[in-house]
Amino acid sequence: MLHTVNKSPFEKNSLSSCLAHAKEGSAILLIEDGVYGALKGSKMAAEVQDAMGKFTLYALGPDLKARGIADKIIDGVKVIDYAGFVDLACENDKVQSWL
Amino acid sequence: MKFTIQVSEGPYNHQASDTAYQFAKAALAKGHEIYRVFFYHDGVNNATRLTTPPQDDRNVVNRWSALAAEHNLDLVVCVAAAQRRGIADADEAKRNGKDADNIAPGFRISGLGQLIEGGIQSDRLVVFGD
Repeated sequence: MLHTVNKSPFEKNSLSSCLAHAKEGSAILLIEDGVYGALKGSKMAAEVQDAMGKFTLYALGPDLKARGIADKIIDGVKVIDYAGFVDLACENDKVQSWL
Repeated sequence: MKFTIQVSEGPYNHQASDTAYQFAKAALAKGHEIYRVFFYHDGVNNATRLTTPPQDDRNVVNRWSALAAEHNLDLVVCVAAAQRRGIADADEAKRNGKDADNIAPGFRISGLGQLIEGGIQSDRLVVFGD
């Protein structure tokens, strides 16, 4: 399953909820303000790094760029564009938005 | 692959409609089909042709209309959400005794069943909202 998270983890707890509930092997895509979850050295970074053994983490490149953090993200988070988002939606049997 | 997209937020107050548009455009560019885009809750505000953003800003409404015209998309607006927010086509305006309608080209007003049917007929339902 593909999970999308669009909230900053510093505003809402949807990323933590997603990480706590998603099945091992799931793909998690950070979009919109959710990309702040990929920020290196933040309060959230350890939780995200721990989760990377269980899930594949992606962040939407245009949203990282729009927020000026494209070069400040946690190693191993895969940066994709909208075409990559579409590919992920196809590769996974369901898309769950953590709104 | 067939997609139905749900948009639950209005233009300019949230990124959801922008993300949904970019996703739809990318999917179409890859040769996928967008079976339907369903505008729900505040998302119905994407469907008023009276929207007039500054000239140097993107026109979210016109952009949806243009994409619909180019790819023959089915843009469906939830009727109950639309009535609450003053989005009407000619029939709805007449039925409710209003003096004008405001629906943008390419959009049509229908019921929630269209969202469910979209989910059934499509391979994926992708939701964009707050």
